[in-house]
Amino acid sequence: MNLQVDVQEKDCVHVFKIVGEIDAFTAPTLKERLEKVADQPECQAVLDFKEVNYMDSTGLGVFVAFYKKVKAVNGSVKIVGLNKRLKRLFEITGLDDVVEIEMESGDPNGTV
Amino acid sequence: MAPFDYIEIKVPAKPQYVGVARLTISGLASRLGFTYDEIEDLKIASSEAITNAVRHAYDEDEEGEIIIGCALYEDKLEIMVADHGQSFDFEETKKQVGPYTEQESDVQLIREGGLGLYLMETLMDDVKVHHEEGVTVFMTKYLGRERGEADVKQTAYS
Repeated sequence: MNLQVDVQEKDCVHVFKIVGEIDAFTAPTLKERLEKVADQPECQAVLDFKEVNYMDSTGLGVFVAFYKKVKAVNGSVKIVGLNKRLKRLFEITGLDDVVEIEMESGDPNGTV
Repeated sequence: MAPFDYIEIKVPAKPQYVGVARLTISGLASRLGFTYDEIEDLKIASSEAITNAVRHAYDEDEEGEIIIGCALYEDKLEIMVADHGQSFDFEETKKQVGPYTEQESDVQLIREGGLGLYLMETLMDDVKVHHEEGVTVFMTKYLGRERGEADVKQTAYS
């Protein structure tokens, strides 16, 4: 029931590797890490959910807040590494129509 | 024999115990024979109910408790989440929840909350919310039809 967030910056793209469970207890940690880059002009972020084994609406709320902040500074957010369960969560909440989701964690230098 | 087994846990209304309760419910659901996907649904739905209780039921400096009751039947799991804090306006809340729609194509208008109740209703077979000195959420999930009587009999006689 812990969460670890590793951030790597490469070619002005912030790659967040999220490991663990995102719930009411751990969401503030994720929020804090994301907010550090959210208002950088034209912020480009990639969120890697490959090793997230649980997420509920608290995680979605943090994500949506981040997404709005990044969009406000003309930045971009891409989601990679969603497993079937997490994909379903994005689908049933309609978020998959709003954000860019890449089903395979492909080339990190690819178009963001 | 009792028609169901009842397990109750009481946790402080603090976020660090949401995961503890979630794991307990996961274990009980597994014991009943729910599938992997059904257990994940149960984990999310119950976490949403408990998170709501943690967030809304008590004032910042108030120490509160949340009671989680699980009734294990042969064919279903009933989960009750109760707090004794301030209740919220269910009807009003319900109007504000639901999936994101096309009207929210303007990014800055996307809501950051209000998905909890929607997820509970989507992931469980039945959800009821009562208000009497606090909020009590009742949720039911039935064991999948394809794992019905044939399986139970097989297990019973094997």
